[in-house]
Amino acid sequence: MSTHDLIVIGAGPAGMATASKAADLGLTVAVLDEQPRAGGQVYRDVDRVAALRGDILGADYTQGATLTAGLHHQAIEHVPGATVWAIEDGFRVSYTRAGRGAQIAADRILLATGALERPMPLPGWTLPGVMTAGAGQILLKQSGVLAKSAALVGCGPLLYLIAAQMVRAGTPPVAMIETQTRSDLIEAARHVGGALRGWPYMLKGLKMLAEITRAKVPRYPGATEIRIEGTDTAEAVSFVHRGRAHRIACRTVFLHHGVVPNTQAARSLGVSHRWHAGQSCFAPRLDVWGQSDVTGVFIAGDGAGIGGAKAAELAGRLAALKVAEESGRLSTDERDRQAAPLRSAHARELAARPFLDRAYPPFAGALAPEDATVICRCEEVTAGDIRGHARLGCLGPNQAKAFSRAGMGPCQGRYCGLTVTSLLAAANGTSHDETGYYRIRPPLKPVTLGELATLEHSAPDTAE
Amino acid sequence: MKPDSPFLDLETAPRVAVSIDGAPLELPEGANLAAALLAAGVTVFRHTPVSGAPRGPFCMMGACFDCLVDIDGFTRQACMIEVSQGLRIIRPRDLGADDVDA
Repeated sequence: MSTHDLIVIGAGPAGMATASKAADLGLTVAVLDEQPRAGGQVYRDVDRVAALRGDILGADYTQGATLTAGLHHQAIEHVPGATVWAIEDGFRVSYTRAGRGAQIAADRILLATGALERPMPLPGWTLPGVMTAGAGQILLKQSGVLAKSAALVGCGPLLYLIAAQMVRAGTPPVAMIETQTRSDLIEAARHVGGALRGWPYMLKGLKMLAEITRAKVPRYPGATEIRIEGTDTAEAVSFVHRGRAHRIACRTVFLHHGVVPNTQAARSLGVSHRWHAGQSCFAPRLDVWGQSDVTGVFIAGDGAGIGGAKAAELAGRLAALKVAEESGRLSTDERDRQAAPLRSAHARELAARPFLDRAYPPFAGALAPEDATVICRCEEVTAGDIRGHARLGCLGPNQAKAFSRAGMGPCQGRYCGLTVTSLLAAANGTSHDETGYYRIRPPLKPVTLGELATLEHSAPDTAE
Repeated sequence: MKPDSPFLDLETAPRVAVSIDGAPLELPEGANLAAALLAAGVTVFRHTPVSGAPRGPFCMMGACFDCLVDIDGFTRQACMIEVSQGLRIIRPRDLGADDVDA
């Protein structure tokens, strides 16, 4: 089993920036990434794709190549295509690559596992043809596969970004069915100071909106009662806009109402999480360096709370400084001297966030779905099932899981966990923190007996 | 061999022969399998074991497990597989199919 100073999990902006900064400071680093090529979701496959579709995707995408270049360092072992399924104290990380199991070890670990789309349970959301907006972007980025007849449903900056990219690619969306309301914008105006400090983001947003308007994409802000219709695949979206019922035919639906931290790996290690009311999600409790309450476990990027790619990169560098200082490669004075400019840049990156979070809140109809709507896609458990279990006295998600199997399927609660917590909290009149979340245990991803059988027996404590 | 796909494909990579449920299909070599199947007009990837409902790719990033297919005898996430010559893809069937086949 090979040993490094630091293991980084995830090769998105946070993971790549951490690894290259730590390597520059003299540490040996292993980067395990599930994808076959570096970049994470935001810079997915950037080294190959920038030349092919850089014009459609824009400079915010192609600049990711500066980060992937940083992985070419002799002190960095980049392991692509590695699916991590267990992280044990000490730390020993088990993963599968090309059908074979393997383990590596390090004193410290940095989780850069990024974000997931916030679950958006609506009637019909399990139909083929309904995907996340992030999935739509991945299809475009990595594969050059464009939806010819897509409705975009939800709200937030990513929805406008994909709409603008679809316009540039010559396949504009058939409609934008938007869930934010006029009063959301009025409430958000209280955060206008931050929005002005984060003006580059606001300017980009206005440019995207102008592109969408020029392409005459129909927009329906403040839509309610949204349902996706179809038998074997999505055929239409119906909704109410300004008191009138609409039905828009389409073959693809991209859903989005924000992204949330992917906390699976952190939770499996026992890192404590807290409800973040402004972002309506759980986020790990971290100090100013990204260190968690489990010694040696650091978290950077969107997995620590949603901040976007630039903030992720800066948080990764800050964590690398702390790891280098703890490993004796950097004095505390030098650590703090190098951290100061990173901290002010990080604050600037986050300045527009409270405005955006308030202007584009999660869709109420998906936070509290009607009883018949499936909320656990794997086990096909409905919102009504969970409310029924609450009536029987079910207080938390782990009990609900035992009652209903919600969260017990292959996705292990990634796309139902927040919904189940919210439904139980609402039904029982408790807070999200009191209600809690699923207990996450390894294996974090399915692993076969064959893959286990190929594990090296180098560690004496693994032998029976 | 391109039933009316809801997707437009800009991919220009050379195509290789694979099979889906025994039928031949040509897909771009090295492409993401889930994306390539969508572009080829395959919309339903499997039927669920719980109710037999149809499913297709949802997240495209290995998190949701809705794009599961059987490849050479192993259940895999199509969005985490690259297309290679000779892949044998079987779409998992609906409720009770395992019992019937056994």
